[in-house]
Amino acid sequence: MSIDRNGGRAPVATANADHGEGGRPSAPRLSIVGGRVVDPASGVDRTVDLHVADGRVLAIGAPPDAFRAQRTIDARGLVVAPGLVDLAARLREPGFEYRATLESEMHAALAGGVTSLSCPPDTDPPLDEPGLVEMLKHRARGLDLAHLYPLGALTLRLAGEVITEMAQLAEAGCVGFSQALAPVLDTQVLQRAMQYANTFGYTVWLQPQDPHLSRGGVAHAGVVAARLGLSGIPVVAETIAIHTILDLVRDTGCRVHLCRLSSAAGIELVRRAKAEGLPVTADVAVHHLHLIDVDIGHFDSHLRVDPPFRAAPDRDAIRAVLADGTIDAICSDHTPVDDDAKQLPFAEAEPGVTALELLLPLTLKWASETKTGLRAALAKITQRSAAVLGIADVAGSVAVGMPADLCVFDPDAHWKVSRETLCSQSRHTPYLGYEVLGRVRATVVEGRVAYEERPIDGGEARR
Amino acid sequence: MRHPQLNEKGELRHLLTIEGLPRELIHHILDTASSFVGVSAREVKKVPLLRGKSVFNLFFENSTRTRTTFEIAAKRLSADVINLNINTSSTSKGESLLDTIDNLMAMHADMFVVRHAQSGAPYLIAQHIERMRGHAPHVNVINAGDGRHAHPTQGLLDMYTIRHFKGDFTQLTVAVVGDILHSRVARSDIHALTTLGVPEVRAIGPHTLLPGGLEELGLKVYTDMREGLRGVDAVIMLRLQNERMRGALLPSAQEYFKHYGLTEEKLALAAPDCIVMHPGPMNRGVEIDSAVADGPQSVILDQVTFGIAVRMAVMSLLGQSQA
Repeated sequence: MSIDRNGGRAPVATANADHGEGGRPSAPRLSIVGGRVVDPASGVDRTVDLHVADGRVLAIGAPPDAFRAQRTIDARGLVVAPGLVDLAARLREPGFEYRATLESEMHAALAGGVTSLSCPPDTDPPLDEPGLVEMLKHRARGLDLAHLYPLGALTLRLAGEVITEMAQLAEAGCVGFSQALAPVLDTQVLQRAMQYANTFGYTVWLQPQDPHLSRGGVAHAGVVAARLGLSGIPVVAETIAIHTILDLVRDTGCRVHLCRLSSAAGIELVRRAKAEGLPVTADVAVHHLHLIDVDIGHFDSHLRVDPPFRAAPDRDAIRAVLADGTIDAICSDHTPVDDDAKQLPFAEAEPGVTALELLLPLTLKWASETKTGLRAALAKITQRSAAVLGIADVAGSVAVGMPADLCVFDPDAHWKVSRETLCSQSRHTPYLGYEVLGRVRATVVEGRVAYEERPIDGGEARR
Repeated sequence: MRHPQLNEKGELRHLLTIEGLPRELIHHILDTASSFVGVSAREVKKVPLLRGKSVFNLFFENSTRTRTTFEIAAKRLSADVINLNINTSSTSKGESLLDTIDNLMAMHADMFVVRHAQSGAPYLIAQHIERMRGHAPHVNVINAGDGRHAHPTQGLLDMYTIRHFKGDFTQLTVAVVGDILHSRVARSDIHALTTLGVPEVRAIGPHTLLPGGLEELGLKVYTDMREGLRGVDAVIMLRLQNERMRGALLPSAQEYFKHYGLTEEKLALAAPDCIVMHPGPMNRGVEIDSAVADGPQSVILDQVTFGIAVRMAVMSLLGQSQA
């Protein structure tokens, strides 16, 4: 029995409730001047002023007559981009508050320029019940930081046996349905879940990994795993799962988002499926743009992730096809893990890295190394990811009338990833101690400066 | 990145793996071991090299044989030895691995001999000790077998045995036979053999027991044992654990023995003076026939004897190394 089932939900029940109906009338009037506005959706890339009122973009260029900003941000030398839209950030609530809290991770999101994020349902209990989703959304609204778009569980307890009340979960705010990392062992259940989801037009999010072929595996089945004596997860674990999913897409017509692709062979299957016209989208995790199994080095448990970092040709394939649209979006796959769960032998260590604050720098790193333009790179973490989530009408672009969710960053600023510079409660990333390029200076959510690295006011007092 | 088992000067601080050890260092360990072989044959089987030092045998996984040989080696070096079978004590009470290590460091341990079911566990311990530098006295870590990853003292004693019987490594063909997928001994032997310049190292087994990537490690892979044994100078048989029979890796011990068990008939295909090695404990009639195990070409018990000397060599070198 869910709470608030009979009517009390009305004010909070629309999927995009976080983005409000009419912006945020109470937000101060804001001008961001002198910045390079880059908007992948419209193709805008020029130095221009931006004016914000009532939580929405009021004008790009000259301000309307009689507009007087209450705050001005001097963005000279900075990029003004849409607030980032992250397809996968674990916030660990409910159930894993010792690893992270909604509050700590929402702050991390803002520090990373992320203004909208989607969280997988693998909390404890999982998000398989409308009351839980409502509570989570309520908590997020109370914090008033980034916008939260939960994914509901596809099956009860993520057990892969009984499908959830998807329609009611959607009313409570779920934007799609997912098994997170839990398998659906029974293919008939998966088929029916997809049929049912398709009845209402919902997208099913699946991370392709055959549970039998990956059983016990902790690293890419290759030379490194053979050398280190680690159990391998072969590439066929991914491709066989993709084959099954794609056949079920053909069979049911259900729209599927394939999460966290890791192999060249898997990407090739997705490329062909898209050419065939199947309703599929796909993402990769940002750390997979850079790291490979060799980086495990001497059993570094920071490299323990799901799916595993694969061989160099797989990583190179991911980097290459990102530009051509086979992979729609880059996500952080942010997974806070507590110290005790990482300071264990590699195979026993909890998988996952902290990544909300690295989504932008590691995307920029890929862009600069592959000579991808800034606009095309940002599209993968704004416009395209918003489209995958079905929220492109309210997020992922900078345009007059859109909610003013903005990421203002210095593309030339180096910063060192350290326990001190990260806001997330989890500091486990292979980039700890490394310098990265691209620092968020300010994050604006619905016209309000929700985060700033240090005050960058152009004369007027803060707040 | 500096290997966690070496200090700034490239000297051995811990023994975690044979991979990456310089050839001269391996020979130095083997030379040191040969000076200890005589000690065990003496009336008074002790030298005072580790007098006053405390060696902790930390066995997170049961092993009577390996623990015993380390204990004997430490005692012959005059160290105090403390045996801890940790899978039956603290971890079942919920204490973390590194908490256990911190406690033992507080007891002023000098050396940890670590056996663990997970690949890489001794690295975690060694790296933790390095992080504690300056806050706690230094402890040397010896990997006594971690998961499927490495068993470096076994690899060294195998090399000692080959050198003892064959002299030179650079003219040899050596075959490693059996469950290479799950074998830490195989991995340590492979790294040692290729480092010492053995021109041809062969891996023999069914595809279910051969991990991918062996060719990249410099091996020739054979699935036909008869073909793989042709002309070899030394054959290292691996133990086949009973639990491998329960999954889908192998259908039965009988069929395995028929194709991959070492018999006199198959051994006849090897060089006439080929030596037969096995890390023990043996499954007679599964991977090796008794006639071969007890036969004239078997050096299996020599391996055990040399194992004490090799472990004494490793412990004495680490005990004298500078933190």
